[in-house]
Amino acid sequence: MIIVVDYGMGNLLSVSRKISKITNKVKISSDPLDIINADKIILPGVGHFANGVKKIKEYNLWDVLNNEVLIKKKPVLGICLGMQLMSKFSEEGNEQGFGWIDGKVKLFKSDNIRLKVPQMGWNTITQKKPSLLLNKVDDKSEFYFVHSYYLDSNNPNEVLATTDYIKKFTSAIERDNIFGTQFHPEKSHTIGEKLLTNFINL
Amino acid sequence: MFRPRIIPVLLLKDKGMVKSIKYKKYKYIGDPINAVRIFNDQLADELVFLDIEATNENRTIDIQFVKSISKEADMPFAIGGGIKDIETIKKLLNAGAEKVIINTAAVNNPEFVKRSVLEFGSSTIVVSMDVGKNLFGKMRVYTNSGKKSTNIDPYNYAKEIEELGAGEIILNSIYKDGTMEGYDLTLIEKISKNVSIPVVASCGAGSYNHFNEAIKIAYASAVAAGSLFVYHGPRKAVLINYPSKEDIKLIFEK
Repeated sequence: MIIVVDYGMGNLLSVSRKISKITNKVKISSDPLDIINADKIILPGVGHFANGVKKIKEYNLWDVLNNEVLIKKKPVLGICLGMQLMSKFSEEGNEQGFGWIDGKVKLFKSDNIRLKVPQMGWNTITQKKPSLLLNKVDDKSEFYFVHSYYLDSNNPNEVLATTDYIKKFTSAIERDNIFGTQFHPEKSHTIGEKLLTNFINL
Repeated sequence: MFRPRIIPVLLLKDKGMVKSIKYKKYKYIGDPINAVRIFNDQLADELVFLDIEATNENRTIDIQFVKSISKEADMPFAIGGGIKDIETIKKLLNAGAEKVIINTAAVNNPEFVKRSVLEFGSSTIVVSMDVGKNLFGKMRVYTNSGKKSTNIDPYNYAKEIEELGAGEIILNSIYKDGTMEGYDLTLIEKISKNVSIPVVASCGAGSYNHFNEAIKIAYASAVAAGSLFVYHGPRKAVLINYPSKEDIKLIFEK
């Protein structure tokens, strides 16, 4: 079973709907037991970083997720805020994340009126290493982004893809069983569906 | 490379999809869900749905309807129509909307925009502003689907929206709606240059060249259109359409 983690932040329905087009073994849940029994975990999320950390703790999911991901090495895919939460720290609320990925989340600062904040729209990704997650996803494919904060990675080995907006930032990460995308595969037409299919088939 | 979005705006009235001229003369276009399917096939960037009667009928856009869109749409979509409380936003997001669009309530109660941003994050909250010309020819912000004028200057208002924390502005000019003669580039440029958040140019697009103008000349971050995507040919036959990937490349390469 693929569990889409519900911690009270954001658009779970579009993620689970998209996945249910690929497999019927998907469930939205905030029950720690479901996460313990899951084959794979999806950590979605839209909204404020510090608020996300607070909610995950309130839902009693913090330790469970750490254990399933770090000890049991369950495949996990973070999307948007879900990916940012995997980092060590975010400027959004000056809060610490899970720290699975070595990097900090920072606010875009733009002095170019053609590049506003948030970045809202379609942008290409440049793949940095071979990955099962991006199997049959062409380099420079376009995905849908909505974000004001970006991941500034400290470990090039964990960077799966980068994107240019105001500056070059980490738009996808991979370390062992840990995957994340700043963009929304569930909202990125057929190419996004391909990426989700790849995650499901890992 | 970042690419500006091209966004079809679909107006809803009596559960059907309509298109207006200058916020009047509503013409029935067809079934909105069917339109979503066509826009899926054409890989549309994003969709906007506005229930234009909701505010004046003192209700919000139908949640079941939003769920049925979400079931179909392969792209992000934003929803507006009579939204004036946090609980409704929660329901709309849970129903699958990516973003919500606040218009009249943002004018009447700016504090509501601020609270929504704190609750849901700025990128989820879009403010749509309707600009019209009053009897004295002055540009003013209008509410209630263009039916009510205010004394608010659009330029200052856009700045206020930014300060309230909204993630995006949809900038409509009522006098251009449905004319297909091009956007009000002066207004769009003035506002785009004055705010740090994305501005979506809306009302007046009649050709792909108008998209290019709004982005290149008027600094819009995205372009929206209604008539252009639902009509075809000089006689305005109803035909849902959207630029191909090749067209889009050409639009922004110029």
